[in-house]
Amino acid sequence: MCTYITEKASISGSAKGPSGWFKVTDASVYFDHPVHAQAAHTLNIDFLDPAAGPSARVAVELTAESARALVKAIQSVLDATPPDLFT
Amino acid sequence: MYDAMLAESVTITGHNGDEIEAYSARALKAGPVGGVVVIHHLPGYDRQTEEFTRGFAAGGLNAVMPNLYHREAPGADPDDAMAAARASGAIPIPDDRIVGEVAGAAAYLRGLSNSNGKIGVIGHCSGGRQSFLAAISLPLDAAVDCYGGFVVESPPEGHPLHGSPALVTRAADLTCPLLGLFGAEDTHPSPEHVAELEAALKAAGKTYEFHSYDGAGHAFMQVDRSNYRPEAAVDAWKQIWAWFGRYL
Repeated sequence: MCTYITEKASISGSAKGPSGWFKVTDASVYFDHPVHAQAAHTLNIDFLDPAAGPSARVAVELTAESARALVKAIQSVLDATPPDLFT
Repeated sequence: MYDAMLAESVTITGHNGDEIEAYSARALKAGPVGGVVVIHHLPGYDRQTEEFTRGFAAGGLNAVMPNLYHREAPGADPDDAMAAARASGAIPIPDDRIVGEVAGAAAYLRGLSNSNGKIGVIGHCSGGRQSFLAAISLPLDAAVDCYGGFVVESPPEGHPLHGSPALVTRAADLTCPLLGLFGAEDTHPSPEHVAELEAALKAAGKTYEFHSYDGAGHAFMQVDRSNYRPEAAVDAWKQIWAWFGRYL
C-alpha cells in the first residue's frame, strides 16, 4: 500500500547526479513504493536542492534490511571519527 | 476496422480552473465512444501508466491521465515530480484536488468530437482509492478500483490521511457501477477490508462486481514489479474491458 508518510531533514553537503556535483539542502526519507528497485516497498532517500528544481535530486531505494545496515554503518563511522574533525 | 489512435501530452483544465498537463490517448474512429479517466499511482505520471492509458485507445475508448503532480513540478521527470511533491508536503494530494482534476479530465473527454458523453474512471493502488473517491463525488458512468487501500481502513494517528472518515462511509453516494479488482494476499486492502466494502455497497443497493485473485498481492497488475501476477492481471484486464464495454 502507499504509506504517504515522509520525514524531512534540512541537510548541508553535496551530491553527485548525472550532471555532476551539486549542493544539497534537504533530504526526504520515506518507506513506500519504489520506482526502480524490485520490492513492494523500500526505504527511499531523496537528496535535494529544491531551489535548483525537481531534477536536482539524487535518489536511492533500499530494502529495509539494507537501510538498517546503512544506518549502522553511518553511526559506526561517525562514532569512530575524532570529534574534533566534525567542523 | 479503423483502429487509428493519437496519443500525446496535452493541457487540460483541472481543479480550481488550473491548467495542468495530461496524457491523452484518443481513438480516432468516428464513434461515438466512451472515455476513461486514468488516475496514476503514487510513484507518478510514468511511462507504464502512459502505456496503460494508450491501451484504452487501442481498444476503442478515449482516455486521459491528468498529471497529479503538475503543480509541484511541471515538466519534470515523473519520479522527480513525485519526490518534489513529497518534499513540499503535497503528498497525499488532498481529496478535493483529486476530485477537481478528475472532473476536469472528464470534461476534456466529454468535449472530444467523437465522445458519447459517458465517462469511466480507473486507478491502481492510491489511484484505486482515488477512483472510488471520484465515483462517490462526481456523476460518472463506471468506475474501477484496482486494489485501492484506505477505502475501508481508517488511517492510524500520525498518518497523513488520519482524521477524515473512511471513504466506505460514503458508499451510498456512489454514482456508477463499481468494478473492484483485488489480490487475495493483499493486506491493504485485505480480504476483510474488501468484504466490508462489499457489505456497504450491498446495503446501499449499489451495482458492483468484485474479483479477488488467489496467489496475488498488492500491485499484481504492474508488469515491471515483482508482485506482477500474469494470470491474475490477464483476467483483471478482461474484467475491465467487459465492465467498460457494458457501461461506456
